[in-house]
Amino acid sequence: MTSTSTTSPAADAVEHELDLTRPSGSRTARNGCASAFMVFATLLAVIPLVWVLWSAISKGIGSLLSASWWTSAMDSADQAKWGALHAIVGTIEIGVITSVISIPIALLTAIYLVEYARGKKIARVISFAVDVLTGVPSIVAALFIFALVVTTLGGHQSAWAASLALVILMVPTVLRSTEEMLKLVPDSLREASFALGIPKWKTIVSVVLPTSISGIITGIVLGLARVMGETAPLIVLLQFNQYFTVNPNTPTFATLPTIISNAYTQGSADTPTVWGAALTLIILVMGLNIIAKAISRRYLRRMGK
Amino acid sequence: MAEPNHVAEPVSDPATPDAPRRPSAAAQMKPPSRTGDRVFLGFSSTVSVLMAVLVLVIFVFLVKAAIPALTDNDSNFFTTRTWSTDSSPLNFGIAALVWTTAISAIIALLIAVPLAIGVALFITQMAPKRLAGPVAFVVDLLAAVPSIIFGLWGSIVLGHFGFLNGVRSVLIAVLGWIPIFKETPSWSDVGGTIFLASIVLAIMILPIITATSRDVMEQTPRDQVEASLALGATRWEVIRMAVLPHSRSGIISGSMLGLGRALGETLAVTLILQQVSQMQLKRLFNPSIFTGGDTFASKIARDFPEALNDPKSLGALVASGLSLFVITFFVNAAARTIAERGVKR
Repeated sequence: MTSTSTTSPAADAVEHELDLTRPSGSRTARNGCASAFMVFATLLAVIPLVWVLWSAISKGIGSLLSASWWTSAMDSADQAKWGALHAIVGTIEIGVITSVISIPIALLTAIYLVEYARGKKIARVISFAVDVLTGVPSIVAALFIFALVVTTLGGHQSAWAASLALVILMVPTVLRSTEEMLKLVPDSLREASFALGIPKWKTIVSVVLPTSISGIITGIVLGLARVMGETAPLIVLLQFNQYFTVNPNTPTFATLPTIISNAYTQGSADTPTVWGAALTLIILVMGLNIIAKAISRRYLRRMGK
Repeated sequence: MAEPNHVAEPVSDPATPDAPRRPSAAAQMKPPSRTGDRVFLGFSSTVSVLMAVLVLVIFVFLVKAAIPALTDNDSNFFTTRTWSTDSSPLNFGIAALVWTTAISAIIALLIAVPLAIGVALFITQMAPKRLAGPVAFVVDLLAAVPSIIFGLWGSIVLGHFGFLNGVRSVLIAVLGWIPIFKETPSWSDVGGTIFLASIVLAIMILPIITATSRDVMEQTPRDQVEASLALGATRWEVIRMAVLPHSRSGIISGSMLGLGRALGETLAVTLILQQVSQMQLKRLFNPSIFTGGDTFASKIARDFPEALNDPKSLGALVASGLSLFVITFFVNAAARTIAERGVKR
């Protein structure tokens, strides 16, 4: 760079008054522009979150503050008395069913990949498959379960089927985070356990898993938060229900996201009930995220980071 | 299934834990009972293999459900814009869906990538540690907002935000000669347009790209940064000469992941986009982003309740879902390949 500046006469003139203790004007200006852009980008990224939260709170808080929101379903003739109890219970119920199926699958696969198949060819094949599953759009997972359960097996739409579609979405996220956590467990712990003559499976169950348990729980909670907000499988595999039901085998089953999508198909989206459902869903999902953050912070501190 | 060397594999020589594993004394020692191990290994390997098989099963079931509709299709599946599955020779094609899906995702990417790089640079290079943590957490929280909430907010709140209409007018006035930015009659504001959907998609994929970029930027070799600083480089010059070259593959693979997410995003797009009538689709192809339309995902979500009891219509929707699956597969595979090449380097 210096060679070009000495050959051109214009640059020579500049070099006379060059103050080497600080960057030249154009460099400072460019640095300032870049810094300003970074700050601007960050502010711009934070605005949507604040704005979405503000919209949901200002339009939905009214519904949440009335007692009927938490105690009744949408079965009353008077819209002002509508509640979301059926949908809250439905969302949590589907979340629980999904977790109960997903967690063992994700944990076993992660254990297999890290503890048994590390570095082997089969691990790369499975890892590739998990990557593909991570990228499967939720609506495609829903169509697959519909083709499997309804078209092929002759079943019907139900909360069970919706949960199965959500399992396809939850397993890869939980699996990936569990895998990372298991890799963090130092080999010396495993070796110490082997040296005591403890079988490998017992080492995994009583040494490896307890060491990484809070990291694993963080991953599970984040995966759960993700599937609780998923709507596409619920549209494909459930029909909306205004009444209270806890039976996961019926085709009509209410959840918080489908309150919103159902209101949309009926053309009345900007109502207190819809925004109330949105706010309740945000509280549920963000609450799970903050819990996950708290767990992982405690975990990191214990690991000495 | 359980070979003897499986059991003691992670046991390496305690004196040199990082040395390549060779059969040590511990590796030849047999644990007291093998039954538990065999059960555990058998169980976990079966589940893992089933996971891998699931990908194939998904593909096969989608193909199987799509074939009846595809064989009954009178029009070319890839070049037809219209979608009519009511009467027996079906006439449907994915041309319009492909365009809307691609253009909305690409515009979202064009908006999100520069911003995400800016945010990631702010977090890793500029902000003091006390500020960087909370900012990263807030951006991560953005990823936690369910997509249907973004759809609701985008169509009701952001769609009536005057500033965006101003941006639309400026784009039409300056770039209106490009077909993509052409003004379309009867779409007088941003409500229901691909443009609005792209902005919301950009917000939704921003956290993914930021998180991936942040991870690679944090791993910029310390000595390169310090060497540039020692030569008198400004912060921007450090970023341009040390941080960005190092993290390029990470940023690209993060962007591809974001693209994959934007292509498959369902509810946000369904709630925001307004449909274009079949008549208009038939008459001429309108590439403008200041008009409505349907992506693969929104088409499926919108039409599914009606197609529920008609195997042919359902098959047509499954065929479009299959196309989406194949497209996202290749986008994600590209992201993975780029990321792996970056790691190797």
